[in-house]
Amino acid sequence: MRIGVPREHRPGERLVAATPRTVGALRDLGYDVVVERGAGEGATFGDDAYAAAGARVADAREVWAADVVTAVHAPREQDLEAMRPGGTLVAMMQPYQDPGVADRLASRGLTGLALDAVPRISRAQALDVLSTLSNVAGYRAVIEAAEAYGGMFAGQVTAAGKTPPARVFVIGAGVAGLAAVGTAVSLGAEVRAFDVRPEAAEQIESMGARVVRADGAAQEVSADGYARELTADQERLTAAMYAEQTAWADVVVTTALVRGRAPRTVTAQMVAAMRPGSVVVDLAASGGGNCELTVPGERVVTPGGVVVLGWTDLPSRMPQHTSQLFGTNVVHLMALLTPGRDGVPVLDLEDPVQRGLTVAHDGAVLWPPPPVAVSAPAPAPAAAPVGTPEQAAARAAAVASDARRRSQRRSVLYALGAVLATLALTLAPASFVGHATVFALAVVVGYYVISHVSHALHTPLMATTNAISGIILVGALLQIGDDSWVVTGLAFVAATVAAINIFGGFLVANRMITMFRKEA
Amino acid sequence: MLTSLAQAVYLVAALLFVLSLAGLSTQETARRGNLAGMAGMGLALLATVLLAADVSERPVPVTLLLIAMALAIGAVVGTWRARHVEMTQMPEMIAILHSFVGLAAVLVGYNSFLTGEPDAVHLVEVFLGVLIGAVTFTGSVVAYLKLSGRIRSAPLALPGRNLLNLAALVVCAGLLAWFLAAPSVLPLALMTVVALALGWHLVAAIGGGDMPVVVSMLNSYSGWAAAAAGFMLGNDLLIVVGALVGSSGAILSYLMCRAMNRSFVSVILGGYGTEGGTTPAAGAGEQGEHRETTAAEVAEMLRTARSVVITPGYGMAVAKAQYPVAELTSRLRAQGVDVRFAVHPVAGRLPGHMNVLLAEAKVPYDIVLEMDEIDDDLAATDVVLVIGANDTVNPAALDDPSSPIAGMPVLEVWKAKQVVVFKRSMATGYAGVQNPLFFGENTVMLFGDAKDQVERILAAVPVG
Repeated sequence: MRIGVPREHRPGERLVAATPRTVGALRDLGYDVVVERGAGEGATFGDDAYAAAGARVADAREVWAADVVTAVHAPREQDLEAMRPGGTLVAMMQPYQDPGVADRLASRGLTGLALDAVPRISRAQALDVLSTLSNVAGYRAVIEAAEAYGGMFAGQVTAAGKTPPARVFVIGAGVAGLAAVGTAVSLGAEVRAFDVRPEAAEQIESMGARVVRADGAAQEVSADGYARELTADQERLTAAMYAEQTAWADVVVTTALVRGRAPRTVTAQMVAAMRPGSVVVDLAASGGGNCELTVPGERVVTPGGVVVLGWTDLPSRMPQHTSQLFGTNVVHLMALLTPGRDGVPVLDLEDPVQRGLTVAHDGAVLWPPPPVAVSAPAPAPAAAPVGTPEQAAARAAAVASDARRRSQRRSVLYALGAVLATLALTLAPASFVGHATVFALAVVVGYYVISHVSHALHTPLMATTNAISGIILVGALLQIGDDSWVVTGLAFVAATVAAINIFGGFLVANRMITMFRKEA
Repeated sequence: MLTSLAQAVYLVAALLFVLSLAGLSTQETARRGNLAGMAGMGLALLATVLLAADVSERPVPVTLLLIAMALAIGAVVGTWRARHVEMTQMPEMIAILHSFVGLAAVLVGYNSFLTGEPDAVHLVEVFLGVLIGAVTFTGSVVAYLKLSGRIRSAPLALPGRNLLNLAALVVCAGLLAWFLAAPSVLPLALMTVVALALGWHLVAAIGGGDMPVVVSMLNSYSGWAAAAAGFMLGNDLLIVVGALVGSSGAILSYLMCRAMNRSFVSVILGGYGTEGGTTPAAGAGEQGEHRETTAAEVAEMLRTARSVVITPGYGMAVAKAQYPVAELTSRLRAQGVDVRFAVHPVAGRLPGHMNVLLAEAKVPYDIVLEMDEIDDDLAATDVVLVIGANDTVNPAALDDPSSPIAGMPVLEVWKAKQVVVFKRSMATGYAGVQNPLFFGENTVMLFGDAKDQVERILAAVPVG
């Protein structure tokens, strides 16, 4: 079958749904690939590069007539008209905001796979373009902020005095927020971040930022992996915290976007309280913006000298990598749809991942999908059975007294053993006592000597101890001269095997030891 | 006069042996330690030969000739084995050497009975010496057969195993009473048969993955056998050496058991999943879906990684993959990637087995780290390659209290950004436990022979 890769129609869009590298991967799955002339121009992938990767470069009509069309954004009406009935469209369709897209596809007999409706389960992560785009956007948001900010992100101490590091406050620690945190940290800024989901705290810390908490505003873990909107009470508490943190920060990055809708987190009043020269980057601008002053797609400078960036095209500002990552998501989806790797897509509606992103199939509207049993981050383990402090103390005391009893019992046993051993030695012949003394001391010496051997040398150690225990040869040698041939014979055999042990053990230990070498 | 001289030399030899073991504590001094051991052995043998000539009841040249022959045969065979053994076969080599000590102890014990005075203390010493020697002998032979793959390494589960072992010990105690009451070869021979069977059964009941413990336990036994021989011959050198070796093996066994969070007794009395006869519920069925990858993708991951940790296991030894792994390591390091090895204490079939294999392949030992040394760094690692390890990287040991390996310290590789597991198939490891690591979000599986796969990765990583 054939996969078509059209040129994106939105003005200024520089992304493309397949790169020369992902074309190769699609061909490995058994597909022919047709790329529209100039489709990769914006992302600096020339037509030659696609042709070299094995794609055919053709005009729009032929591309849209392919069996499967993969695009970044939902196509225009006229493009849908150009598609062949029974064809499959793979693109971001925003079915949450625009459920009508399912009708439009179904009425034309098209199969629609919405890349932005991938269920948030672990297995589907490889196809989740929203994660991909958010990740890139989070990174770019910090780069944009750094450009607009009038200082260095990293603090410096120079002969000409010192500059403090930039203070960055990130609201929302989803994929984009965490990417922003990571980028800001790596630029050397002092970063704080906040998220309403309690499980995000650990992730924030893992990226190297400080977690800001708003008392009482913590949410339960959400069932579908997305944050929910806040209640009125939580709203009031978080607003107070936002006011405090934005006033502290030089750069504020807001990333709160719930199902395409942007809750208002940063008010005009809060922006007014920020220092002149500070920057707000609103990653939720496409949904109206988290900041009251955001104008989607615009750079706004407030009377107080604060820059508010409402760019909605952050991913397309890094078209090379974004297209590569997006294209790889598409490859993963096609791999899932092509279990036979034979270039024939098979849609399995029993699979929750495939069902989740299918909006239309065989003329039927399949949106919205049934809810998926989600493997969102597990709720923090139910706070352990702590009980009251008194109970805990009682338990600890019980454990301690138990340990004490055990150690007492052990001491008694040891003492008993020592007494018995002493009695036995008293009754034993004098020569035996001498040997027993040597034996006991040697055991102790052995214990301390061996305890210091490094783990890596345990095998050579065994070979050496093995060779040494061949010392039993001494006994055999002394018996060889006996006047009974039976004894001599037995002693001879014993001496021989013990000698094998000695030579074999020492030599093999030596061989191993010489292999260990330090880096030159 | 000569006896006193011999005693003095023995004392020097004993001290040299202690120095030898002390020297083995670090790689820098290990060589010197081994030389000290050889010197001690040489001195002890020299003194013994003189002494043997002195006490000989036969013409001295005959005695000396016999001694020379025994030593010559031993030297030839021992040197030949030591030269030609492959490092992957080290476990079997060590096991068969243990059996020689056991055999020698049995024979020396018989001789001591035939030539010594029948007083009670001496008889008990002979009896114990032969008992320990016989158990060591057959136990080591079984361990050798299992490790070299000549018999199946699965645990032999006879009904009422523990009772059988106990019965064997009780019978031996009875035979000891008989032996003391009427000293003759018969009870001694009967006991030898029982002890040989006991040694066989003890080791036959233990499975392949517990072999590090078994081999070091047999090491310990061979030491105690030598010490027992020392008691019956009244020879302090034998006692000292036996005690050194005995305690060394015991400590190694203890370390291995601690690394598996199991008691020594439970290892000796049988393998996983055999106690109580129930197979672990956690082992049933798959726990999710795994993702597969290709050698080319792994090569790409490695090239872009800043830090890589390789955790080898027994599978690497089986596939003999240590050479391509070492080559991969040196190429990545030449490109500035920080590559280190994380070795779990019970990886392989012998304590320290992995270290020897990696050293053989010329991996510098200072990048081969122990579990405690590397655990904190795993979270900051870009890529972890798990090559032929399974149970030692199983998160179920920490999360799942019902797992048979619960509480065993494991390498927490899943904390790394990306984990690549090299594996023959989705089969479970030695403990028969499914490994949730394989289904982790940051885990990809690379199926196939470890050596072939590493070589394929090598092909995609340029030299220099």
